[in-house]
Amino acid sequence: MISRRDFLQAGVAASAILGGGVWTKVAAQQALTQDQLLEFDPLGNVTLIHITDIHAQLKPVYFREPSINLGVGEVNGLPPHVTGADFLKLFNMQPGTPEAYALTSEDFTSLAKGYGKMGGIDRCATVINAIRAERPEALLLDGGDTWQGSYTAEMTKGQDMVNVMNALKPDAMTAHWEFTFGKDRVDELIDELPFAFLGANIFDNEWDEPAYEPYKFFEQNGVKIAVIGQAFPYLPIANPRYMFETMSFGIREERVAEMVEEVREEGADLVVLLSHNGFDVDRKLAGRVDGIDVILTGHTHDALPEPLLVNDTLLIASGSNGKFISRLDLDVQNGEMKGFRHKLIPIFSDVIASDPAITALIDEQRAPHEDQLREVLGQTGSLLYRRGNFNGTWDDLICNALIEEREADIALSPGFRWGPSLLPGQDITREDLFNAVGMSYPKAYRSEMTGEFLHTILEDVADNLFNPDPYYQQGGDMVRVGGMGYSIDVTKPQGSRITNMTHLKTGDAIDPQKTYVVSGWASVNEATEGPPIWDVVESHIKRHGTVTVDPNKSVKVTGA
Amino acid sequence: MKLTRRDALLLTAGAAITASLPLPALAATPEDIDADIAAFTGGADVKEGGVEITAPEIAENGNTVPVEVSAPGATSILLLAAGNPNPGVATFNFGPLSAASEAKTRIRLAGTQDLIAVAKMADGSFAMSKRSVKVTIGGCGG
Repeated sequence: MISRRDFLQAGVAASAILGGGVWTKVAAQQALTQDQLLEFDPLGNVTLIHITDIHAQLKPVYFREPSINLGVGEVNGLPPHVTGADFLKLFNMQPGTPEAYALTSEDFTSLAKGYGKMGGIDRCATVINAIRAERPEALLLDGGDTWQGSYTAEMTKGQDMVNVMNALKPDAMTAHWEFTFGKDRVDELIDELPFAFLGANIFDNEWDEPAYEPYKFFEQNGVKIAVIGQAFPYLPIANPRYMFETMSFGIREERVAEMVEEVREEGADLVVLLSHNGFDVDRKLAGRVDGIDVILTGHTHDALPEPLLVNDTLLIASGSNGKFISRLDLDVQNGEMKGFRHKLIPIFSDVIASDPAITALIDEQRAPHEDQLREVLGQTGSLLYRRGNFNGTWDDLICNALIEEREADIALSPGFRWGPSLLPGQDITREDLFNAVGMSYPKAYRSEMTGEFLHTILEDVADNLFNPDPYYQQGGDMVRVGGMGYSIDVTKPQGSRITNMTHLKTGDAIDPQKTYVVSGWASVNEATEGPPIWDVVESHIKRHGTVTVDPNKSVKVTGA
Repeated sequence: MKLTRRDALLLTAGAAITASLPLPALAATPEDIDADIAAFTGGADVKEGGVEITAPEIAENGNTVPVEVSAPGATSILLLAAGNPNPGVATFNFGPLSAASEAKTRIRLAGTQDLIAVAKMADGSFAMSKRSVKVTIGGCGG
């Protein structure tokens, strides 16, 4: 665990980091105003506005940050692999404050009741407009995972998000889940974008040629800015390849270096990588590719109140689900970044006014679906959340549903990082359910697997998360398991991390030779059969009326 | 429904992963690899590094993985897939008129493994590099 001092030493200039100061003031007053949240002493000649991983959350949500977010190898204990009380200590925050609520899972339910929901694209619009009023040429950059993650996004195949985001007038975006609507749909929607869709690492896999624009130049107060796009590198592995089968992705570090060189030769004063690599991948990339001034990170949903500086590159982490917008002011002189000022602006939805035009536009997208969205399926007696390296309560509920509704011994639910939270006592509407499961390959399979094969799956997924080399990580969380417990030592190599697999119903050890009935969803295989996961969970919730999820103690974690 | 191991693999992850679980008995042994390298070098000393291998960190499709090898000044490059039943992939020879000593191909990988490239330089010396390519079930990215 590094000290705050070590962390701050990474800054270009100690005086440039003022984000924390504003928050401390807010904390002291225990009262929030829009002016405080937006307060920013402008610096230099360039302003970047970053939002990422909205996951189609047009309306404000509760979103609990992880209580466990382990880093292995060199990044063990480094941000963003710091949670809870350690996080508060590292960033000099007090428990119970708005920033503690926004950035950690500590005392989440009671703070959520006090501080309310966060996000809402109409609130984001207010923040963006306020920054633009001060800095008319500010660039708005969207890190992707924008079009997927809600009922309306799934029903309209991303159209609702494109309609609303276009009104925010971004300057560029990159992508990940967008491609799960299929390449044709992505191309169709790109035609409707009045801004750039960038992906330097997206290639046609037959001819190995670039498939999308790699970068775009902008100018701000005479500063030439190159924004290079980097889509999620592992789309064909983490998501169904058949949906975009002519495409190849990958980190392609040498391609990034080549693009940086190219834009510098074309006269870029400032090089920005708009990335969906995930934080640890970007941290490694920043250390190996020279000449990138700023990486706007995404994918792993981390929210950091201060930038991290690696090899003269600023790494910005702006959270997810519309909870935060990062503002980064830079002083660029003669092609060099001389100073910066940054603020991770928390979008408290009860404090920041909504932009009426955007509210109306959002309502318009939702109007045809209102009856479906509003239908109450049941109530939750527990806090439902997903984010965290191991089972969250949303996935425990999904696994319970799979086991009961599909008569399975064991259930598997993918380690996605999207999906907002619900507080105990809240209604579960169809909208809430789709916020947790809305996607384009929802079929809930039921099959038989041997104990040995289950072990192989767990080992494989664990390596995607805990491989000590970030370039071999895919950026999701661990697959969530119902009906089976296990122990995991995150420091071991693939093949020996997972032990003590136990069938919870009988208490017996999982027999490698025996077959078990396993139900899961979100298979990347085209031939998967079964009802959509939302039907399975809906019937489970309706049957129980009120669902409660017991604390899950079946995963024992060591080595962290 | 009783599934075989093969069906189960297909069910959960798609065709690519059938390649990810080779029967251990079929994979080449370190001795096989050493023998292949010795046959190429004639037993000469091999310097670590100096050959660039470009390949994805994680294969998008284990059945067709793009691989590029490059070693400026090499007259010949041996490419091995150390974890395949038959590790020999290719030996690329570069004549005096070759513009560059680099070659690109696509190969099938039976599972997570090292790619090994050994280059014979014009002065008769040898250089060798390795690169790990992971073949994974996938399906849980974030």
